Amino acid sequence: MSKRVGLEASHAAAEAAKMANVDVIAAYPITPQTHIPERLAEMVADGELNAAYIPVESEHSAMSTCLGAAAVGARTFTATAGPGLEYMHNVLYVASAMRLPVVMTVANRALSAPLSIWGDHSDAMSVRDTGWIQVFCQNSQEAFDMTLCAFRFGEDPTILLPVMVHFDGFHLTHVTEPVILPEQEEVDRFLPNFHYPFALDPDKPMTHGAFAPPDIYSEAKVAQEMAIRKSKAVVMQAFKEFGDIFGRYYHPVEPYKTQGAKTLLLTMGSFSETAKTVIDTKKDRGESVGLINLRLWRPFPFDELRQAVKGAETLIIFDRCISFGGPGGPVSSEIRSALYSERERPKVASLVGGLGGRDMSAKDFEYVIDRGREVAEKGSEELYETVGIRDKVSGIRG
Amino acid sequence: MTEKRLKTGSDFTWRNLEVGNVITETGNAALRRTGDWRTQRPVTDVEKCNKCGLCWLHCPDAAIKPLKDGYYESDLFYCKGCGICAKVCPKGAITMIEEQEE
Repeated sequence: MSKRVGLEASHAAAEAAKMANVDVIAAYPITPQTHIPERLAEMVADGELNAAYIPVESEHSAMSTCLGAAAVGARTFTATAGPGLEYMHNVLYVASAMRLPVVMTVANRALSAPLSIWGDHSDAMSVRDTGWIQVFCQNSQEAFDMTLCAFRFGEDPTILLPVMVHFDGFHLTHVTEPVILPEQEEVDRFLPNFHYPFALDPDKPMTHGAFAPPDIYSEAKVAQEMAIRKSKAVVMQAFKEFGDIFGRYYHPVEPYKTQGAKTLLLTMGSFSETAKTVIDTKKDRGESVGLINLRLWRPFPFDELRQAVKGAETLIIFDRCISFGGPGGPVSSEIRSALYSERERPKVASLVGGLGGRDMSAKDFEYVIDRGREVAEKGSEELYETVGIRDKVSGIRG
Repeated sequence: MTEKRLKTGSDFTWRNLEVGNVITETGNAALRRTGDWRTQRPVTDVEKCNKCGLCWLHCPDAAIKPLKDGYYESDLFYCKGCGICAKVCPKGAITMIEEQEE
């Protein structure tokens, strides 16, 4: 029997790593990720989990250690946040290019300066192009579910890619919520043992990580690009099997009450839940609104996104990151680009807020929808607008 | 030199590259002509050579091979023309000469 327990997303992710029976954990503590490796270290020390817990001196070393472990065929897990993710940045590219299916949870945190330990999506957006499969979570249950799914995605023998599971720092990492933990037998049914076809083995020597001169580097990159694009089908199949076993069905793009809605709001991560309550309120008032929760960020779910916004007049995209001097929030610029080739497409309004832990209340999301609709209808000189910033912001011209 | 031909980058398309660019055929670095960017080559005057082997010891690329008669020969397949052998030779038996365009 599965059991319902109170867990913060951090401990839920640690439970998922434990139930996935990881072999190696290498992590360096950084707020707000700390509870994840702490809990795993405790499990290893108490004999609850038979794994090698490798304490390292930095995030760069954490990811490098994970690569080594994955290269010998170990199921490998780590976690980080914000500046820690930046510190391992170049190793992230190595993991995906070497096709090592490391699973990492990221407790999304703002980037300094000014120093902030609180949440936003600046860290996630900075690793957008690292070649990792990336999913976002709305709550602790999803932190558990997505972490478990991540092993399935990455270790699929036709894919072999690392996977990042994003969940918001503090809003999820430090908030206790009810989580349904499955039976080990169910997890084992969903997640077969990891078999890495190129595991380093002294009896069968091979070379990992050789250098590539210009006559082959481009081919290597295209091969990698095709692998991550192919992974969407594997992600969707894994979501289906997950649903069949555990009863919770996930999708790359998750519409909420979008049927016939003229105005759609698109959010990612835990803020989607707040936004949903606002959609409910507005629907009760007779407004034609709906929400899209974008779960799969890489590979980007183009078809599903286009399908989800079909028929809508206005699409409001809420970003938790600024692309300095760029085309607006990173999510909105990607979605604009994804819709550009469509014959019929909604007007897109880009709003940015919730930076560095700034709360976004239901009232704030009401403003996002009302203002977004106004911007889309009447147009705006601004490329994007900010939410909740003191004093009027203008001069962001496209 | 072995008869085995080393695959080069252009032998691969993105489709037939091994996953993660793993090289399953090990020890094939020896097949790669690494001396092709040399600008100078060592030339030994065997009249001056006393077979001390310092050139062989100092060569950073193991590109100097001992011969059966006790002398030494630079393997130009690998030699990068650094000139260390010429520098360390106590007899001044090795001179570096410019590689000429053929």
